[in-house]
Amino acid sequence: MNHARRHKLGFWVLFSAPMLWWIIVLLVPYLIMLSISFYSRQFPFHVPDFQFGNYLILLQDSQYWTVLLRSVKVSILVSLAAFAMGYPLAYFLAFKVQSERLRLFLYVATIVPLWVSYLLRAYTWKTILGSEGILNSFLMWVGILDEPSTLFLYNEFAMVVTMAYIFTPFMVMPIYASLEKIPRSLIEASKDLGAARFSTFWRITLPLTMPGVLAGFTFTFGLSVGDFVSPLLVGGPYSNMISNVIATQFGMAMNWPLGAALGVVMLFIVLGVITASDKLERAGRLNLG
Amino acid sequence: MTTTQMHGIATTEKLGSRRRRPIDKGTSALAVAAMSVLAFLYVPIATLMVFSFNDNPVTRLPLTGFTLDWYHKALTNPDLMTALWNSVIVGLAAVAICLAIGIPTAFALDRYDFPGKTAFRRLVILPITLPGLITGVSMLVFFRAAGVDLSLWTVIVGHGTALTAIVVTNVFARLQRFDRRIEEASADLGAKPWQTFLFVTLPNIKSALIGSSLIAFTLSFDEIPVTFFLTGRDNTLPMYIWSVIRRGITPEINAIGTIIVAVSIVLILVSVFMMYQENQKGSTR
Repeated sequence: MNHARRHKLGFWVLFSAPMLWWIIVLLVPYLIMLSISFYSRQFPFHVPDFQFGNYLILLQDSQYWTVLLRSVKVSILVSLAAFAMGYPLAYFLAFKVQSERLRLFLYVATIVPLWVSYLLRAYTWKTILGSEGILNSFLMWVGILDEPSTLFLYNEFAMVVTMAYIFTPFMVMPIYASLEKIPRSLIEASKDLGAARFSTFWRITLPLTMPGVLAGFTFTFGLSVGDFVSPLLVGGPYSNMISNVIATQFGMAMNWPLGAALGVVMLFIVLGVITASDKLERAGRLNLG
Repeated sequence: MTTTQMHGIATTEKLGSRRRRPIDKGTSALAVAAMSVLAFLYVPIATLMVFSFNDNPVTRLPLTGFTLDWYHKALTNPDLMTALWNSVIVGLAAVAICLAIGIPTAFALDRYDFPGKTAFRRLVILPITLPGLITGVSMLVFFRAAGVDLSLWTVIVGHGTALTAIVVTNVFARLQRFDRRIEEASADLGAKPWQTFLFVTLPNIKSALIGSSLIAFTLSFDEIPVTFFLTGRDNTLPMYIWSVIRRGITPEINAIGTIIVAVSIVLILVSVFMMYQENQKGSTR
């Protein structure tokens, strides 16, 4: 009893300050943003209110739907591209590289780009894809193009390339982790029982790595949906993403209530994707028994 | 017992014979694919580095000549140097917040049960689950509501809040593997709780602390979405680069980028080396 009470007292002495910090700087801001999404706009700023007008605007004005759908589409394409690049790399590292040291080296080499300035990685694509850029000057230099093409930069293609490039390591890491966990005896057993290599991969390896794949998709999707820097750099004027609209509402447009409502929508999209992938993973686990 | 042993022997034999087989087409195709992806990951970084030494102010092929001018220009640019210095200060201060808040939080999650613990755990990792944009915007409205002017201080608090989750998850994971019996032994031998913490617990979570501090610093050094909304008149390095590259492209940025890459690689090598040593210790124990 005495011990329990001391345990409890110790808890509050040690942790009340950090807890308070979390509540003030994290929970309260999220709640303020949520409440501002119900405020109404009034020149020059906004007034406290409780009405759903901001959400109604998002529902009724088709331009927000266009932007939202584009965001989701681009983020899915980015995730798919990152998967297409990340899975073979992770598979190769986990199953085909025999030397432990070489594997560690290649794995580190895969994640090193994450540590290189994010902004510079996005911006370099601008210098590669631009009409004065490296790709164009290279193609003209070797004689494939006569004049610079403007097709590479300032469109959705450029955004997908740039973000897939930036986020691929986030796909490799969880897939690699789940590949490493597969007992080799399972693969051997499948081969011993006469399964062809592809069938072993399709029926044993891939299902067992689904948790990693789902985690990778969740990471890359969330990161792409929230990224407003790459779209600004390489997306051009006609490829606004929801993240750009939010940034604008809190910046030049000064329409915080609408921006907050958009932020809440984005928050629910991301939390929805996380929850869905959690559910899928659990369902998959049950199936495998 | 014996069957598993025999099975084990059978598997090793089979693996051995398989290894001696010449590499087949499928594997080499996979190797080529994997290496191309890896190469793709380095194309922009290589571009950055190569063009930081090219004497053409326009980033285009063919290369025209070698120069160190851009480095000289970058290192003597006062705005850039101020921004760099600001970023170092913000990074260090943010790491201090991460440790001050993150360590107790990890201990609370590992060792205590309290009402709302699950909700609390979810809240704490929200900043790394949600897009940084959301955290940035909500902290902006918070500071505005509290009447705080935007400055490097608000950036520091923002970074601290956004990145503490990294320390929490790393330290928590280490604490979960930590053998509490050595703390009990320390207490039984007469050590006071703070002595046990300082001389027994802390050394055991040291590498998690250093590792997560390095990650937090690097992320803070590179942070845009939160900084974008919380910065006042002072620029951090990414915000300075942002303001420059929106106007146009200068090889000066390539030079400072190359320096950052070099420094990051040194930091990564140090942390990988430390992790490696930690593993060695773990395997001999």
